[in-house]
Amino acid sequence: MSLQKPMMRGLLAKRLRFHLPIAFGLSFLAAIAFKYTVTEPRKQAYADFYKQYDAVKEFNAMREAGVFESVRPSGE
Amino acid sequence: PNFSLRLSARWHTSFRPTGGREQGVAKVEEYTLPAYFDRRENPLPDVCYVQNLSPEQKSLKEKEIGSWAALSNEEKIALYRISFKQSFAEMNQGSSEWKSVVGGMMFLIGFTGLVVLWQRKYVYGPVPHTFDAEYKAKELQRTLDMRMNPVEGFASKWDYENKQWKK
Repeated sequence: MSLQKPMMRGLLAKRLRFHLPIAFGLSFLAAIAFKYTVTEPRKQAYADFYKQYDAVKEFNAMREAGVFESVRPSGE
Repeated sequence: PNFSLRLSARWHTSFRPTGGREQGVAKVEEYTLPAYFDRRENPLPDVCYVQNLSPEQKSLKEKEIGSWAALSNEEKIALYRISFKQSFAEMNQGSSEWKSVVGGMMFLIGFTGLVVLWQRKYVYGPVPHTFDAEYKAKELQRTLDMRMNPVEGFASKWDYENKQWKK
């Protein structure tokens, strides 16, 4: 009837040896995926926007629409 | 002098050993004694499971004092069952209780939904005037005029040349 003696030591070490590489690997993958799907496109979007941005033209358009309090539309 | 003597006498009388004969001694409540419980994280509880041994269990305990090789397998199991109620395998086995829990949760969430619907109809007053369609249209126009989030957000979806949403 004698059973085999069960594992008494090293249980945490065994678990860590298995799970830590997986944890680090998945974390790095998540970070890399986020970088190339979110941050790089976002940086590109901002670069493209400001390449063709005319601040004065936008300001005048906003002024005519009447959203400012310091300058009223040129008609008034 | 007389005063302090009286005070010290009162302190001392409560600590005088009475041998349990006087009325002032408290009865030992069962819940104050060390308890037995089957938990995975506490493998060796404070007390044995069986406190009052039957005569054959008592003779088994006597036999345990000698060489353990002389014990048969049944006797070893009997000694185990004196000390412990459930083995680890027995205490760790799962049950179907989670099905009742999930079912109960869903039922109560559904009931809460009904309560919320009733509230909306019979308890709450009208919404503010800022929710009217006309007011909302004016809000939207102002948001676009202000060029809110022109790079990736709201105003970036509006075509200012043609005054329509970008395709």
